Amino acid sequence: MPGKTLYDKLWDDHLVCTEPDGSALIYIDRHLLHEVTSPQAFESLRLARRRLWRPAANLATVDHNVPTIGRERGIADPVSRLQVETLDRNCAEFGILEFDMGDERQGIVHVMGPEQGATLPGMTVVCGDSHTATHGAFGALAFGIGTSEVELALATQCLAQRKAKNMLVRVEGTPGAGVTAKDLVLAIIGKIGTAGGTGYTIEFAGSAVRGLSMEGRMTLCNMAIEAGARAGLIAVDETTIQYLRGRRFAPSGELWDRAVENWRKLHSDEDAEFDAVVEIDAGAIKPQVTWGTSPEMVVPVDGRVPDPNQESDPVKRESMKRALRYMDLRPGTPISEIRIDRVFIGSCTNGRIEDLRAAAEIVKGRKVADNVTQALVVPGSGPVKQQAEQEGLHRIFLEAGFEWRDPGCSMCLAMNADRLEPGERCASTSNRNFEGRQGYGGRTHLVSPAMAAAAAVCGHFIDVRALPALPVKATNTAPQARAHTEAAGGAIAAAPQSEATDVPKSAAEPPQVRAAKTTRTRKSAKTGEQAATARRSSPARRRGPKP
Amino acid sequence: MKPFYRISSRVVPLDRANVDTDAIIPKQFLKSIRRSGFGAYLFDEWRYLDRGEPDMDCSNRPLNPDFVLNKPCYFRAQILLARENFGCGSSREHAPWALEDYGFRAIIAPSFADIFYNNCFKNGILPIVLDSAVLDRLFKEAAEVGYHLHIDLDDQTITTKYGERIGFEIERSRKHRLRHGLDDIGLALQHAAEIRAYEARRREAAPWLFPEAA
Repeated sequence: MPGKTLYDKLWDDHLVCTEPDGSALIYIDRHLLHEVTSPQAFESLRLARRRLWRPAANLATVDHNVPTIGRERGIADPVSRLQVETLDRNCAEFGILEFDMGDERQGIVHVMGPEQGATLPGMTVVCGDSHTATHGAFGALAFGIGTSEVELALATQCLAQRKAKNMLVRVEGTPGAGVTAKDLVLAIIGKIGTAGGTGYTIEFAGSAVRGLSMEGRMTLCNMAIEAGARAGLIAVDETTIQYLRGRRFAPSGELWDRAVENWRKLHSDEDAEFDAVVEIDAGAIKPQVTWGTSPEMVVPVDGRVPDPNQESDPVKRESMKRALRYMDLRPGTPISEIRIDRVFIGSCTNGRIEDLRAAAEIVKGRKVADNVTQALVVPGSGPVKQQAEQEGLHRIFLEAGFEWRDPGCSMCLAMNADRLEPGERCASTSNRNFEGRQGYGGRTHLVSPAMAAAAAVCGHFIDVRALPALPVKATNTAPQARAHTEAAGGAIAAAPQSEATDVPKSAAEPPQVRAAKTTRTRKSAKTGEQAATARRSSPARRRGPKP
Repeated sequence: MKPFYRISSRVVPLDRANVDTDAIIPKQFLKSIRRSGFGAYLFDEWRYLDRGEPDMDCSNRPLNPDFVLNKPCYFRAQILLARENFGCGSSREHAPWALEDYGFRAIIAPSFADIFYNNCFKNGILPIVLDSAVLDRLFKEAAEVGYHLHIDLDDQTITTKYGERIGFEIERSRKHRLRHGLDDIGLALQHAAEIRAYEARRREAAPWLFPEAA
């Protein structure tokens, strides 16, 4: 008999009972909740007079609707406010621990959970959010569920599931300088497609994955869903264990030792068999930029917008044409000639401390380009924000003309006030470039934090590895965005970069294509709030769709 | 949940691959704390020419005449024909809520995204997977005026206007739940003793997962 995959082990460990047709009840160790997909579940429980099976297994926070600015004034949109208050009320009524909008631990649910040690190896973790796949980075079986399943998990601590197939994505080699976990996962999605992982649990393995920090691993697993897989997984190793040590909900003392001994078994056996295996050479991957309206529509930064007429499959060809129309792009346009209007750095994909460090490293000593009307940095959680401020990263961003905001999902899905206007083009570190995702009519290009930062200072996409060096001695801090390949410490290791050298932005030639006409003058360093206020009233923000 | 026996209905051909749940129901409507009323905003950005907002009265909004749902020949259709990877992206159950509220009871596609597929069954919608080649033919036929399909869950068959019978697969337990409109929680709670026994074993083997018991 062949050995077991990590997924097989996690599945077997959580099996409560099996039905004759192969469906099974599996036990859920951790249930994370947020305000958007839970209210109807609580309401149904209330109507049926049902109680929670195990309140302590649940942990909640607000993230999708919360404002990232002026929070002390509350939520202006009454519909959003009601949803947030409804979660507060439900958590109080049902006895669930919640980090509410005023709590310093509040943040994006997939940043908050791991950061608090609420996600542990060997757990099953669910949440009414597809990016729950993130938590698989800890060797936990984690996947997104709908509201009916939120209700089921609250009432029974179980879910009725069918076992998925096993896929191994093996990424070997060392990623080049400036190539991050985001680029790896975008390249993987580009290769297998957005439905390539449908019906599978993907285990990411190989030397390039082992070389990633926990932040990088979370970025990788986070986007497993964008490849169609409900869950992504990475085996537990020393990096995992060191990350968890001392976190609030992680065990301590004798229990910690016992847990660690157990966690070290959470890897696929050497003779385990997978239903599908994908091999990726990390050394061949360049920084990636999406050009279309599906994450699989992605090319390396030195590539060009593809030509639908070269595509033989008629359904795909039609999708490409529709995407190009929506994105207002022409086949053959070099990616580096695409100019942008806004930049968003944040989200459950790239809103962690290491992401902010990578972006700050590029931004340091530079200025946001004139044609960029807004550059947002939204930390993934309160603790990420605090850590970044201790390291002085906020000053680097503010001096460059970025806005420094409070934690939440923000412009990843634009449920709060942070959104694109019709026709605006955004370099975004988020996970979905669907039509309208970041705002009605908005155009999203997915990139890594370093690439988003480079686009912000150049006003167009540019290979972060080729960013012109700053004059004077700031040169040696220029684009070495290799933080993702440093295996240790993660959020604990600090790399203070408090002093920003005030050097003008690079003299990279502005490209010809897609120049957005803006009336705004060059930004000076403002506080986030001043800047936001100024921009809200700026005529540049009012322009309609481009021709 | 409405039980599903059989339906005979017009068929809307939505000829796009990778239709994501953001397209099915855009994010601004997810702010609702209710479970109903999403049908008016189904495919909002494709269906209307203006920008939709929650609680908007849709009766006076400008319709996009090119969008298939707005063609009178497809009004009141209960069956949706779709392409690969239908329902990808966000896990929002608001997507099947919107489809069901609009009136759809069955969706036929070559493949579905996993979470969406699963969510359909919780809301009385039957998602049917058929070969791309069969779908291609149905897409062609659905362009004909007055075209309709008959779907029978008991027999697991689709019958076309021309009498062609096409079989489809469905898991037995899912079929049973859909057929009788059964509530998952009630079914799971029949296993309450097994869940407790599992917890006891697990607490023994991994006590760090039960800090509240310490």
